[in-house]
Amino acid sequence: MESLQRKAQELLAAGTVKLVIGYGEGTGVRRRPIFVRTGDQAGSLVLDPACTQNLATYLTKAEVRALGRTALVATPSTLRSILQLAAERQVREENLLALVPLAGTIKELTTFADIEAMVATLPDEIARADQEMLTQLGAMSVVERRAFWEKELGRCVKCYACRAACPMCYCERCTMDNNRPQWVPVASHALGNLEYHVVRAMHLAGRCVRCGTCGAACPHGIPIHLLTFASEGSVRRQFGQPGGASSRPTYALATFKPDDKEDFIR
Amino acid sequence: MVATMVDRLTLSDSAVDALVAALIRSGRRVLGPQLVRSQGQDRIDIAPLASFADLARDGQAVASAKGAVFPKVERLLHYRYAGKSIELADVEPASPPTVLFGVRPCEARAFAALQAVLNWDSEDKFFSHRLANTTVVAISCTEADASCFCTSVGSRPDDGQGSDILLCRLAHGGYLAKVATSRGQALVELGQGVFQALAAEPELAPAAALAPAFDAKTLPQKLAAHFDHPLWVEQSLRCLGCGACAFVCPTCACFSIEDEADSRQGQRLRTWDSCGLRLFTLHASGHNPRDRQSQRWRQRVYHKFAYYPDRFQTLGCVGCGKCSRACPVDMNLKQHLAEAARTLP
Repeated sequence: MESLQRKAQELLAAGTVKLVIGYGEGTGVRRRPIFVRTGDQAGSLVLDPACTQNLATYLTKAEVRALGRTALVATPSTLRSILQLAAERQVREENLLALVPLAGTIKELTTFADIEAMVATLPDEIARADQEMLTQLGAMSVVERRAFWEKELGRCVKCYACRAACPMCYCERCTMDNNRPQWVPVASHALGNLEYHVVRAMHLAGRCVRCGTCGAACPHGIPIHLLTFASEGSVRRQFGQPGGASSRPTYALATFKPDDKEDFIR
Repeated sequence: MVATMVDRLTLSDSAVDALVAALIRSGRRVLGPQLVRSQGQDRIDIAPLASFADLARDGQAVASAKGAVFPKVERLLHYRYAGKSIELADVEPASPPTVLFGVRPCEARAFAALQAVLNWDSEDKFFSHRLANTTVVAISCTEADASCFCTSVGSRPDDGQGSDILLCRLAHGGYLAKVATSRGQALVELGQGVFQALAAEPELAPAAALAPAFDAKTLPQKLAAHFDHPLWVEQSLRCLGCGACAFVCPTCACFSIEDEADSRQGQRLRTWDSCGLRLFTLHASGHNPRDRQSQRWRQRVYHKFAYYPDRFQTLGCVGCGKCSRACPVDMNLKQHLAEAARTLP
């Protein structure tokens, strides 16, 4: 923690960055995102296992972006988000650097290539509880699985906390907000909820970095992250492309290859 | 909820159990906070009670009880093409007699704030029908958490305002029932033999200790003078612009009207809406008077703590703290208001 605070102070004092986004103490045991802009604010930075929210979400928020070059305290998922955002041309290399806590020190990553190299060395696993749930869901019949999601999504109120917390949901105007035509019903009834979450899962196929921040953001405890984990897993299996592995734009679902193994596409 | 003389009665624990059973037997919809465990996480939902044992007597439900009177989706009218004519039908409000049992006193107080807006210049027939059909039996709080701030907004953990019956825990088990309205009295009559007359002054379990964090009385003037203060920008940097706070809020009354139609039929729905969402104020021209999140955050604070007192002589907040608990980035309203009260001259 001290090494992070020191690093933040150095970067701000040298003018290398204007802003350090990290975690600070929140209500009770909670941790919250904090925006450190001066050396004396750096003492509020906290680093512990409760710091899990994916802070890459802020890289595309206009108010935050306007503050200048940013250092981001990064978990493995945050690093993957940066790469995915880079691949989708939403962040510029010269505007950010990642601060990665590693064995008691803080590693500073300044290029996408550095981040790619680091990500390649990190274990790419989801939490065991999530894996177990995905296995259980996969073993269900379509009818059972539909019943599971209808029950869970019945609690959804369409507050869009999942969308707002997701680093990959950066669209200024989401499909959900289009009303000419109204693609998806606005109302939070059974169909409106189901369509929203199915569309979101589809839009994150091949792009989800499996941080689970959407599920953690849901006030009603709906495990919606399992939907995007599953769609990401599908693209990973079929195209060999995990979300957030590369900063180069090779989005599996928008790429055509003449030597595709499927013949229907040729 | 017309206040009458408060009648004080007592109930043993088993009597409360019998009361809940009698309410369910009478055909009423009995909703209350319940502990739910799913995927390894605990939360409290407001859901139909099967017995008093199901009731979560401590802790705050994620959602507020407002859904019982102001549901997230309400059908207002529907129509159908029949040959060359159109059959148009208004929806008449129909809701079962409902008892909100064991909600927190802050939830009970919130209905007045909802009513102030929804029945402001014309009566909202759906809301009014449900409210008139709802009896509120609150249980006073013996615990408060770091998001609670009822004592900062003119209330307290054993406030009876807005409750038809307030149950206060007795030190050695059982409850003191403060019956404040005729609707509450109807429940007393329904639960014949359940309520006992007060034999002696009862010894109450201590209500939750919660020190006020700020003085809400001085806030409206301070806010009015500091609309453009940088505090609002600073506080809202981490705000993501979702509607979690508004949708769990027991007093947030904003809604949207949505038409859904196909070639044969259609319906008009009322759905919850939130000033935290960008689309809320987006004009058809593309102009958005609240284009930045800081403006939307400020609106939320001002609506509850400046505009409400100005228009309705009451605050638009009951200090339940649900917004803070639901917030994915821990926007703690109590802390933000305390900061405003402290910093703004």
